[in-house]
Amino acid sequence: MNNSALVIGGGIAGIQAALDIGDAGFKVYLVEKEPSVGGRMSQLDKTFPTLDCSACILTPKMVDVSRHPNIELLTYSEVTDVQDAAGEFRVTVKRKPRYVDVTKCTGCGSCAEACRLKGRVVDTFNAEIGKRSAIYVPFPQAVPLKYTVDPTKCLFLTRGVCGKTFLCKDACKADAIDFNMKESFVDLNVGAIIVATGFDPFNAALKPELGYGTYPNVISSLQFERLSSASGPTAGRIVLNGKEPQEVVFVQCVGSRDQTTGNLYCSRVCCMITAKHAHLVKDRIHDARVTVFYADIRAFGKGFEEFYDRVRAEGVNYRRGYVSEIFKRGEKLVVRSEDTLLGQPVEVTADLVVLSNGLVPRPETDPIAKLLNLAKSADGFLAEAHPKMRPVDTTTDGVFLAGCVQGPKDIPDTVAHAKAAASAAIVRLRSHG
Amino acid sequence: MIDIQSLVEQLELAACIQCGKCTGGCPIAVKSTMNPRALVYQFLRGEDFELTAREDLWDCTTCSTCGLRCPKGVKPYELIIALRGQWIESGKIPTTLRAPLTATLNQGNPLVLPREDRSLWADGLDLKEMAEGVEYTMFTCCENAYDPRVQPVPKALVNILRAANVDFGTLGLEEQCCGSEIRRLGESGLFEYLRDDNIEKFRAAGVKKMVTTSPHCYNVYKNEYGKTEFTVEHYTQVVARLIAEGRLKFSHRVEATVTYQDPCFLGKQNGVYDEPRAILKAIPGVKFVDMDRSRERSVCCEGGGGRMWMEGTSKVRIANDRVLQALETGANILATACPFCFLTLSDAVIATGNEEKIKVMDILQIAQAAL
Amino acid sequence: MKQRIGVYVCHCGLNIAATVDVAAARELARLMPGVVVARDYTYMCSDPGQALIINDIKEQGLTHVVVASCSPRMHEPTFRAAIQKAGLNPYCLEMANIREQCAWVHQDRDRATAKAIDLIASAVAKVAWLVPLQEREVGVTQAALVVGGGVAGMHAALDIANAGFQVYLVEKQPYLGGRAAQLNTTFPTLESVSDLLKPLMKDVVTHPKIRVLTNADVEKVDGYVGNFRATVRERPRYVDATKCTACGKCVEVCPVTVPNAFDANLTTRRAIYRAPDGTFVVDERACTFVQDRVCPADPRCESVCPENAIDLAQPAQSHEFGVGTIIVATGAAVFDATKKPELGFGAYANVITSLQFERLANAAGPTGGKIVVNGKEPKEVVFIQCVGSRDQTTGNVYCSRICCMVNAKQAHIIKEKLPDAKVTVMYADVRAFGKGHEEFYDRVRKEGVRYRRGYVSEVYRKGDRIVVRAEDTLIQKPIELEADLVVLGVGLTPRPETDAIADLLSLPRSGDGFLLEIHPKLRPVETAVDGVFLAGACQGPKDIVDTIAQARAAAASAFAPLCRGKVKVESATAVVNEELCAGCGLCVAACAYGAPAINPRTGTARVNAVLCKGCGACAMACPSKAIQLMQFTPRQIISQVAVLA
Repeated sequence: MNNSALVIGGGIAGIQAALDIGDAGFKVYLVEKEPSVGGRMSQLDKTFPTLDCSACILTPKMVDVSRHPNIELLTYSEVTDVQDAAGEFRVTVKRKPRYVDVTKCTGCGSCAEACRLKGRVVDTFNAEIGKRSAIYVPFPQAVPLKYTVDPTKCLFLTRGVCGKTFLCKDACKADAIDFNMKESFVDLNVGAIIVATGFDPFNAALKPELGYGTYPNVISSLQFERLSSASGPTAGRIVLNGKEPQEVVFVQCVGSRDQTTGNLYCSRVCCMITAKHAHLVKDRIHDARVTVFYADIRAFGKGFEEFYDRVRAEGVNYRRGYVSEIFKRGEKLVVRSEDTLLGQPVEVTADLVVLSNGLVPRPETDPIAKLLNLAKSADGFLAEAHPKMRPVDTTTDGVFLAGCVQGPKDIPDTVAHAKAAASAAIVRLRSHG
Repeated sequence: MIDIQSLVEQLELAACIQCGKCTGGCPIAVKSTMNPRALVYQFLRGEDFELTAREDLWDCTTCSTCGLRCPKGVKPYELIIALRGQWIESGKIPTTLRAPLTATLNQGNPLVLPREDRSLWADGLDLKEMAEGVEYTMFTCCENAYDPRVQPVPKALVNILRAANVDFGTLGLEEQCCGSEIRRLGESGLFEYLRDDNIEKFRAAGVKKMVTTSPHCYNVYKNEYGKTEFTVEHYTQVVARLIAEGRLKFSHRVEATVTYQDPCFLGKQNGVYDEPRAILKAIPGVKFVDMDRSRERSVCCEGGGGRMWMEGTSKVRIANDRVLQALETGANILATACPFCFLTLSDAVIATGNEEKIKVMDILQIAQAAL
Repeated sequence: MKQRIGVYVCHCGLNIAATVDVAAARELARLMPGVVVARDYTYMCSDPGQALIINDIKEQGLTHVVVASCSPRMHEPTFRAAIQKAGLNPYCLEMANIREQCAWVHQDRDRATAKAIDLIASAVAKVAWLVPLQEREVGVTQAALVVGGGVAGMHAALDIANAGFQVYLVEKQPYLGGRAAQLNTTFPTLESVSDLLKPLMKDVVTHPKIRVLTNADVEKVDGYVGNFRATVRERPRYVDATKCTACGKCVEVCPVTVPNAFDANLTTRRAIYRAPDGTFVVDERACTFVQDRVCPADPRCESVCPENAIDLAQPAQSHEFGVGTIIVATGAAVFDATKKPELGFGAYANVITSLQFERLANAAGPTGGKIVVNGKEPKEVVFIQCVGSRDQTTGNVYCSRICCMVNAKQAHIIKEKLPDAKVTVMYADVRAFGKGHEEFYDRVRKEGVRYRRGYVSEVYRKGDRIVVRAEDTLIQKPIELEADLVVLGVGLTPRPETDAIADLLSLPRSGDGFLLEIHPKLRPVETAVDGVFLAGACQGPKDIVDTIAQARAAAASAFAPLCRGKVKVESATAVVNEELCAGCGLCVAACAYGAPAINPRTGTARVNAVLCKGCGACAMACPSKAIQLMQFTPRQIISQVAVLA
């Protein structure tokens, strides 16, 4: 059997699985649909409960994976076909055109500076609170640090014309930009596949009572990550419309434990993310009044309860009750809930409301699941072979799950899960090889 | 004695995790002792429940926000309705309810007015009686039929339907109360009687497509009559479609800034948010502005759930706040599409002394002015 | 050769640049002795950042490099690899930590900048004295030791063995299965745990690459990653399994009765007993004959055995195995509920722990699966959450992660077996976070289990019933619930034996007493000791599925050295100047890794470079300064300090 593995998804799960398989001496193809590896973790500011800088602990792994002699990185690529042939998989990978020759691009950024749309393209990496150019790297530590033309935004690619001359091409000293680039396909033969395609944050606009999308100062937890991140659009200052919020309310379980959204499950990470955010607000804006509305605090991991204790001691006010209504009164937002421990409806005013969105399955995983004949659990995440005993195996031999594609997980649980998938893949490659 | 266990099971109260989202959203909880979360918890604990000590059960407007907000599918308002039912069953019917309930049984309306006066509002309109083959059946709410303050609304609907060449008839004196408010007052026996009687009358009259003047009638036919042989729409849905299809055209301008109160039974309970706005925006001259709390985030006017006949334990009026919120938008017309909203909000305009600044109008009245 | 030093100041986005004037630092670094080039960049660790260094080394002939950025723990390997790529020895690098030790902890920009410049100056002073060191690799014994035969240990062992490596699986108890063997059903899937364990145990026991040693302890571990030597003591079973027919006559005559820990002390057993796997064994600590050569019984077990299978003089066996990696999977203990006297455990027979409930509910348990207390089926049952967890009075401030779901499952079992029983769970937060957990919590509530919010304060007797006193915080009233059975949701604690294994392998512990992983986010199974990995609840409380994921993760980590067959070892080690060494042995005592030893021939110390972690403890202990730590020689350190004076 073929002695190599395919890992689909270049977030922390995919990176970790690839590193472990590569370290064991097997060839690994790591396919990532975005222009850079890093995944969701690269969007985070700090990690709970240790408050490590997320980019700082992730970047070395991203660099490792790009330098590893056994790992071949296929970024900006998607798996389009898989044929299962006697335990060996024939995989077709589409390499999307970057319109930038990666062998020439130095990552200098002159093209993005020059782009006619500079500062006008909604920046998805920054959870839509920042703007970028149509030619871009998602974030400064991107691996590979190569620019990509956004084909959905670039004036030339969408309308066939971008002024008299291409500003980006003119600016590029390396002559790396090539609008004639076409998509190409690569065929791979592998003996094991790890699916590590991750999750999406719940779309809070589906809970209209919370005012997300209506009020600019009601933001998602991912947006808070970008706000508080030193490399984010506000350079790490928690500011809205130029002002530091003095009253901040956090809303737990947005899109989780909630049958009105169809998501009955607990998203496992939001309680601690909120605790971390509440800490960051107190840390940066000492006098801010910070309130967290919750129903059950699920601080279950190593050091979590201790962190929850710490955040309360820092003056964060936890009030038991789900938030029912958010509306405006004058300049302030009003957050209406019942404090169930008082038995009274309460209104808390706020300058900033942060919604603790849950985790949901990514729609992009569906075609991959179909290609690999993978089933879904009732919650919509991919199903493992046995919920207790076989958390990374699937019903398709040789295909394994890693990370949040199987269900919400925090970083250490994702890493452990990914390593377990790697172990399963290594066992298969060694025993059949 | 209340059978607590059977209510817990029947209404699936055990799904409750005591998060309080119901109470936080309840328009009444801020001013009444009624706390839906605490009420459900009392049942979950299985302790004795002294019904008649709970006057606040009559404060609920059955706007259903509690149930819509609940992440676990519990409907606290249904518990309240069930408890009102037990109250009624015990014979201790609150005095203000006796006449409306009796009149609904005998006269087919809770306004305590004679059955034979039901069509007086339509005098001179020469309305067609329903018969097999007539496309639409126009159903007029008791409130619209009898209360002179909202009688212009069905008249406007008649004019609009005629302007768009819609073939429609009415049930005439066969028309009677839909039972929506009766059910919400807990009189489930009377409700079931009205439902069965109405279904029979509709069948006899050949009703296929119904259009109602009130969201309350619309809701009860759509969701609480079981499987029926007719489809039902609120007039906003029909009129919006007539406009979209080009069948209804406006030739006059209505120079006004208009905001809109979403009736709970139309919006929150049935998701009809866009059609009323589409009508208003289609009227030449109308500048439409939404209030901050609108659509799914709208606030009950306090007219539903039998509250037309029950004062409630608090004197604070939500509708007053609502009028002030409407004024904040700069509107000079507060539009609505429900007779209860119309009446409570009109009272509130007077109570807050804003008759000079803002006027409550039904969408149909504004549309009629533009014909 | 003249030193040509390059200095690179990192902005780390704004992590450094927000507090430190990096341009000023760069300008001053240019003027420092030996510095030929100084630059600053947004992210030195990024590809273009590293390219700056590589180009300068090639084009400007740099001999040494200083990177002023984050902690060397973070990016020293990155920059070492970068300068190596450019042809420099990777050890000719010094990092000035101007992030964690400067920018992150200061507010005043001017003073922080001044401090950053000092840190850079001292790194420049030191780097000039750094000498090239050689990186070495050693071979790996392609076998693994797994300590602990529970679900974690068995899964780790199976993965490693299935990949073709020899595994030694050592279990303290006379049987495999660990904590899971005591459990009744799983949550939220309600499957029989023994049905799930049986095939697993069969795979382990019959695997040609796994050698299972039950009733055994790891006594000693020497060596280092790739080349450990483990000494395992296999305690005598005193019963020859090849002869024993499991007739049980021996048990009948045994005069010693001890609590049966497998049944969570709900029952007792004899000193000779039938283990859960069906084999017979003598508990040597309980058997008076083994201990003191006296036994009141006549005849004794040995003589009643028709097959002569019992030999109370059987000696222990010692084994020595060479292994490349070690996986620690020693599990967790259950909190001792007598430490919460207000809950009445130990005082009232109808106050039991959740582990005892597992035995009660188990068809193979003492009641055959019937829920009976004092011979009666309970009509009212109260579950108490967080017993010994989230509780600083017990010293356990952490959440035990599994108890909420264990209680939910047990509440379900009561409703299933005794549909009319009134079941109440007293809680503060219900932590139903895993796959299918919230759904299961929804289900048990709908089955009629009442959840009431409030920790239990007092449990006391009223006639033959128990009263549970708490505040229901949702009605803000103290309440009293009467019960026939109270089940305590006991937490998990580190096993007492953790001390021994931690000492044996030099493993650090975290604040909660469990074994410490090296990085809480990204390296959850690795330890401070190379080649030693953690699996399961020894690292912290976990349910079965998370335990299995972590066990297989530990196997993945073990595969790197096992598959490659060689490992890199530390280069910056301690070296002894034999001229100065007096052979006093203080270095031997100071070393936690057993690296230095006195050579009996020369009477001087020698450091085993493979064992040395480069911590420097020996160098500090050495009274004659005969030991120096490469990269931290006195000359290097003094120049570093002198520049600050």
